[in-house]
Amino acid sequence: MKQVLFGAVAAAVLATASIAEDMKMAVTTSFHNSGLAEILLPEIKKDLDLDVQLLVVGTGQAIRLGEAGDVDAILVHSKKAEERFLAGGNGTHRREIMYNDFVFIGPKSDGAGVAGAETAVDALQKVASAEALFVSRGDDSGTHKKELSLWKAAGLDAEGFGSWYRAVGAGMGAALNTASGMGAYIMADRASWLNFGNKGDLALLFSGDPVLFNQYAYLPVNPEKHPHAKNDLAMKLEGWLVSDKAKGLINGYTINGETLFVFNAKQ
Amino acid sequence: MTELFPLIVEQGTVRRRGKVLVGPVDLRLEGQGVTIVVGPNGAGKTSLLKMLHGIVRLSEGSLRWACAREDAEKRQAFVFQTPVMMRRTVVENIAYPLRLIGVPRKEARARAADWGRRIDLGDALERQAMLLSGGERQKLALARALIRDPKVLFLDEPCASLDGRATREIEEILTEAAQSGTRLIMSTHNMGQAQRLADEVILVIGGRIHEFSPAAEFFAGPQTPQGAAFLRGDIVE
Amino acid sequence: MSDLWEGLSQAFWLVVLLDPDLVEITLRSLRVTLTALLIASVIALPLAALLAVRRFRLRRATIAVLNALMGLPPVVVGLVVYVFLSRAGPLGVFGLLFTPTAMIIAQVIIIVPLIASIAHQSLRELWSDYHDLLISMNTTQGQRIRALLWDGRRALLTAALAGFGRAIGEVGAIMVVGGNIDHATRVLTTAIALETGKGEFAMALGLGFVLIGMAVAVNLAIHWVGHTERGGRW
Repeated sequence: MKQVLFGAVAAAVLATASIAEDMKMAVTTSFHNSGLAEILLPEIKKDLDLDVQLLVVGTGQAIRLGEAGDVDAILVHSKKAEERFLAGGNGTHRREIMYNDFVFIGPKSDGAGVAGAETAVDALQKVASAEALFVSRGDDSGTHKKELSLWKAAGLDAEGFGSWYRAVGAGMGAALNTASGMGAYIMADRASWLNFGNKGDLALLFSGDPVLFNQYAYLPVNPEKHPHAKNDLAMKLEGWLVSDKAKGLINGYTINGETLFVFNAKQ
Repeated sequence: MTELFPLIVEQGTVRRRGKVLVGPVDLRLEGQGVTIVVGPNGAGKTSLLKMLHGIVRLSEGSLRWACAREDAEKRQAFVFQTPVMMRRTVVENIAYPLRLIGVPRKEARARAADWGRRIDLGDALERQAMLLSGGERQKLALARALIRDPKVLFLDEPCASLDGRATREIEEILTEAAQSGTRLIMSTHNMGQAQRLADEVILVIGGRIHEFSPAAEFFAGPQTPQGAAFLRGDIVE
Repeated sequence: MSDLWEGLSQAFWLVVLLDPDLVEITLRSLRVTLTALLIASVIALPLAALLAVRRFRLRRATIAVLNALMGLPPVVVGLVVYVFLSRAGPLGVFGLLFTPTAMIIAQVIIIVPLIASIAHQSLRELWSDYHDLLISMNTTQGQRIRALLWDGRRALLTAALAGFGRAIGEVGAIMVVGGNIDHATRVLTTAIALETGKGEFAMALGLGFVLIGMAVAVNLAIHWVGHTERGGRW
């Protein structure tokens, strides 16, 4: 009996051997939910014979994975956190690749009147004064940090909010799920929203304020701090990410006819 | 191969949880024949046999074979009152002691099959041993004990729950074994069986040995009053 | 309700059309859990037999600890393994984090106490039966353990099955140490978590039905292999 089990296991193991080079990159849930990775990764494999293994986590954890040296590069969207990352000697440099924007989502009935807001800050103030249900990522991610900075700009302290403010500590998809289930307002990146499958009664209510633009940057992990980090592969990937081909793919990526990202790497 | 006997027990006592199961016992057993241990229920016959075989430790006193202990351990076998059937087939059960000493599988099976036929279980060789009847189990246990040709065979009331036919079959095998030189030390309830098989008799009452004499002498006239009472059929404590 | 129907039909098409992603994820699930089961059995079964036959001072304590470890929350095991395997941790040099190997390690740790505990219960019963006989036959410790393991194999199979069931449906620990990386460490349970998180309930249900079907199929296969339900075998 043991022999048959062993044979079955051996067969399964042999069936999944791989030979190409690989590296690990931590990316944010917002980036992953946009679906752009599904377009880029196969092209990267084709052009560079490189398997990029994505760990999809919040910005906070991505930074920590980079600091611990458990990945070879990170792709995040939180400039302050990135600068702290570099200041700590964890990365070699940051390279801006593209940006997308955040939007405000909420129930179609829009009790707080967000759709009529002039600016992002105005929209948040409306939500706060109406004490409407609001779901926050609450996971130390780039999106979360952005949301907190906007509350601050609105002169409000998120720590002091009442029970209408729900911090879920989850990725973008899960947070959107929760908002959909509760009929709550939420700030999401446009890409995750367009790709989200359970919209329910939610709708896009406000967008366009430049303060909502969201810059993605690529940071290779510092090989001096982590000698095992595959820096050569990380640099190879960076070269591809700022190439014209990547520019074309990124700018050309749409969902329902809407472009999500704008390529802005300095080539 | 050195001689096992005489087996000498001096003041051998087995105590469990403060209670004396058997002893103190002084005994000298020589290397020939069939020794039958008789006595009322609970007298300590089983404990005595287990003590002699070595699977129950002495609390006091000493027990010495003529050869080294390791040698003695390898050349004995024990048939329990309710024999243990291993969860395998009849032939595998009988072959097990041979496999333990490294006899190759094929040879062990062949020898076990022979023994199986000898004890009239030839048709049941591939049957699960757990499915055997009481009498068949006893026969299997006996074959399993004899397959390694032990010098000494201990048996604890081997025919206790068997009918006449099964009893006769077992006694035949035992007699054969005794005739080919196996030393039998056996307890029984059945005085008829004792008379049929015994060369010498040990009478155990209340954990002590009351009589130890050649069979003819014992059955003709026991030396002690308890012995006489026992043979008469009185309840003796 | 319509979600359920959509899930069923989506699952049907996924399986019938042998969707390559599904096949890859399924094979990986099986590979991780069966490997973990094999390793865990090799550790747990002889351990259970040893605990059944050998008398030593800390025996009762060891058994109590083993039973208690069964209640270990799997995700906590995942966390501990993560800390150890991270580059910043003591075993970081092996670079095992976010690989199937890390998932196997976590699953082994989770199911060893379970398999050992269940196996030990049955082996102890068997030992109390065999005790006098095997001692009388002058067996070595090793021979006793082998006899228990072989004769008790049906119960051991049950213990292994229990281990398999625990491992195949586990998601917390392997999510943490595996990272749910597409084409690398994504398995059925973590894929279900992902699809649910994306709001793709139909897809998640589809994967869920596949998982159930697979677990039942492996169960039946192991039973068949063990011949345990066939023709009068005890």
